[in-house]
Amino acid sequence: MTEYGITGYGAYVPRLRLERAAIAAAHKWMAPNLRGLAKGERAFCSWDEDSITMAVEAARDALGTDSREGIGALTLASTTLPYADLQNSVIAIGALALGHLVSGTDVAGSQRAGLSGLARAMEMSGSNQLMLAADRPRAKPAGTLEMAYGAGAAAFRLGSEGVIARKIGSATIAEQFIDHFRSADHDHDYFWEERWIRDEGYAKIIPRVVSAALDQAGIAAGDLSTLVMASPLKGSAEMIARKIGFDGKVSDSLNDDVGYAGTAHPLLMLASELEQAKPGDRILVIAFGQGAEALILEVTDAIADFKPQRGFSGAVADKVSTTDYLRMLSFYGELDAEWGMRSEKTGKAALTNLYREADQLSAFVAGKCGSCGTVQFPQLAYCVNPECKAPAAGFTQVSLSDEPAKVLTFTPDWLSYYPSPPLYVGFVQFDIGARLLMEIVDVGPDGLDEGTPLRMAYRIKEPDTQRGFNRYFWKATPVATGA
Amino acid sequence: MAKGIKDKVAILGMGCSKFGEHWDKGTEDLMSEAFEEALADAGIERDQIDAAWYGSALDNVNVGNSAIPASTALRLDGIPVTRLENMCATGTEALRGAAYAVASGAVDIALAIGAEKLKDTGYGGLPAPFKGTFNDLWLPLGSAPAGFAQLAGGYRHRYGTSKEDLKKAIAHVSWKSHVNGVHSPKAHFRKEVPMEKILNAPMIADPLGIFDCSGVSDGSACAIVTTPEIARALGKKDLVTIKAIQLSISSGVESTMSDWDGSHVRNTRNAAKRAYEEAGITDPRSQISLAEVHDCFSITELVTMEDLGISEDGGAVKDYLDGFYDRDGPVPCQIDGGLKCFGHPIAASGLRMAYENYLQLLGRAGPRQLESPSIGLSHNLGGVPYLGIAAISILGLA
Repeated sequence: MTEYGITGYGAYVPRLRLERAAIAAAHKWMAPNLRGLAKGERAFCSWDEDSITMAVEAARDALGTDSREGIGALTLASTTLPYADLQNSVIAIGALALGHLVSGTDVAGSQRAGLSGLARAMEMSGSNQLMLAADRPRAKPAGTLEMAYGAGAAAFRLGSEGVIARKIGSATIAEQFIDHFRSADHDHDYFWEERWIRDEGYAKIIPRVVSAALDQAGIAAGDLSTLVMASPLKGSAEMIARKIGFDGKVSDSLNDDVGYAGTAHPLLMLASELEQAKPGDRILVIAFGQGAEALILEVTDAIADFKPQRGFSGAVADKVSTTDYLRMLSFYGELDAEWGMRSEKTGKAALTNLYREADQLSAFVAGKCGSCGTVQFPQLAYCVNPECKAPAAGFTQVSLSDEPAKVLTFTPDWLSYYPSPPLYVGFVQFDIGARLLMEIVDVGPDGLDEGTPLRMAYRIKEPDTQRGFNRYFWKATPVATGA
Repeated sequence: MAKGIKDKVAILGMGCSKFGEHWDKGTEDLMSEAFEEALADAGIERDQIDAAWYGSALDNVNVGNSAIPASTALRLDGIPVTRLENMCATGTEALRGAAYAVASGAVDIALAIGAEKLKDTGYGGLPAPFKGTFNDLWLPLGSAPAGFAQLAGGYRHRYGTSKEDLKKAIAHVSWKSHVNGVHSPKAHFRKEVPMEKILNAPMIADPLGIFDCSGVSDGSACAIVTTPEIARALGKKDLVTIKAIQLSISSGVESTMSDWDGSHVRNTRNAAKRAYEEAGITDPRSQISLAEVHDCFSITELVTMEDLGISEDGGAVKDYLDGFYDRDGPVPCQIDGGLKCFGHPIAASGLRMAYENYLQLLGRAGPRQLESPSIGLSHNLGGVPYLGIAAISILGLA
């Protein structure tokens, strides 16, 4: 039987990072003890990022410029999917230009959805798959979870050619143990006492699932090289290592610079570990939630042949740090600020038009004129070149999403309503000749300049808060320096 | 090119409301104010008007769409009234419609009126326009100053102008308009503004500060046009005729192809070429007596003077700093204070500019009067520099 396993991986962490000291300082009057947690930074989503956009970015990191052909399925795991009834994964399929013969599946509902999704995907075979997990858990201001939570996404390519990690064991346990919950109509998690979760939950349930997975793999804890255990509770992984008798490498919790990224977190940690893994390494990945999931992977020789675009380490290094705590609150809907009358416009999207232009909009597809070669976005009925004007029927389709581009002109606009002022808006000139006016996002303290290199990012173009609909499109963002 | 309309249409009368924040007046009041002045100036009765072209740009804060609001406000009973909209070129488009009707012989006397009520929004600046269902899905919605601010980087990059020099030149643009506006009783703002205040004003869209932006106001302006023969038969001696009205609209070249460098407005150049050909102007720098151009933002006016061929390419910074466009310079620009002092009730502006040229040509501009001007140019720029509409009208003595 042909081997089937992980053939690639990628990661995404939002560029925006908040210094935890700023959170603690804001709550000093009511929660002075938060100061003890006020170390490092946590990632947070910009107003235009959600679990779909983060998942798309992680997938782009894993796919690079490789052909999308042959990917037959995409699974998206998250507990913060923007839609309750609208296949979120299909939006990712469109953005990634995977074509139409792709099976999209959304997996949700618990902190182990990401790892369970990966384990189930690895039990399949046949066509290539993408397993994506993304989360942006939301915490009430001044709780310890606000300090612990972050945001991020991970992506795994699965297939039978170039397997870099194979599954050698897995197990799942279902338990009526409710450490926390969030009902469908609530914004925040409700947690029980940490000591109970750790002692009665983690310490008793996880060793059982690990034992079952080790049995399936036919190995002992001492044969493992790395333990990946995700939890927003500090020190949990080390405690589990002691319980199962493992004294190898306990994977870093990513607390210092990312924070806990919900159901994506074990996969984000795994993506980070694979960046450093050697052939023969055996990695145990654990996720907890109404029971637990354990997955044991064995790294193959092919690990040396795969490199993500920039990987977890590149994503972490590419950051814009801030101490603006209220900015995070505003982006997460915790602060209803006065945005003025200009914010009162309607954001209603014509779904009919959205469907007519789905290819152009979702995968940022420009047309290249067959007569004169002009690359143009948007594509209208005739070529834009005044010397040509050939019908669009002769255009070939070119996605601009990975094309290099630069700032031609720009301005920071303080007048328009924009959830993260100022709105940087300017002309983006692509090396292949296309040009359009775009929003430029995640601009750091150094600002922009004419000629600044840009990359494209899939983002929420505009939310329709009245109807609860996000329209997505591509924006430009400065290429990270040093990443 | 076709023969054009040079000297085929004369201005019989014009009117202009006071521009400003008219909390106590609706669009209908503003229209009637301009209309009554124009009727008196033309020396005709309302019923002598054969057809009307009415421009209004923003439906959502004005009187709504169609020609009905103008027809009911002015009681234009039983005649054809056309409503049109072409962004900031709307007023000039109304004049073009009326002029073409007269030139064709279809009507004897036609009315062009533009009116806009912007101060019913509840906030400063212009409301965001609807871009269409498809554009809405991808095109970022920057503000008007953000659209025009793109010119600054493009201009600096092309001519190697420093940020400081360009800021100084565009500050001069606004400064001289405020100096001029003091003498315009119908202007919204009639105070000089010190250069320091202009240079240090809060930023709206870099490098445009608050004083680099035109005002927002309510207003209306109108023209009554006829043939030179009818004008003379009605007793007019000094005639102002239309020498040219031309437009150019973006087809996507600047915003989609990679040629445009952001330093100029292609549409203004195209429209100017056509207008100069129609009017028979070969050397605009020496032939144009005064210019009322679209100073929605200071950078727009600076670039426009190069696009019109009055300054040479890259030469506008020096021309402005030298006072070339000041009231005592060779080509006074915005002698009435421009959009800067009048504000910019969208559909009224083109006709307001023509009104000033008309008064100047007839020697009726009072304290603003220039010495024997013979050709007055007005220019509008709708939309944004890279996706918009340029309109030019040239008036002169017959």
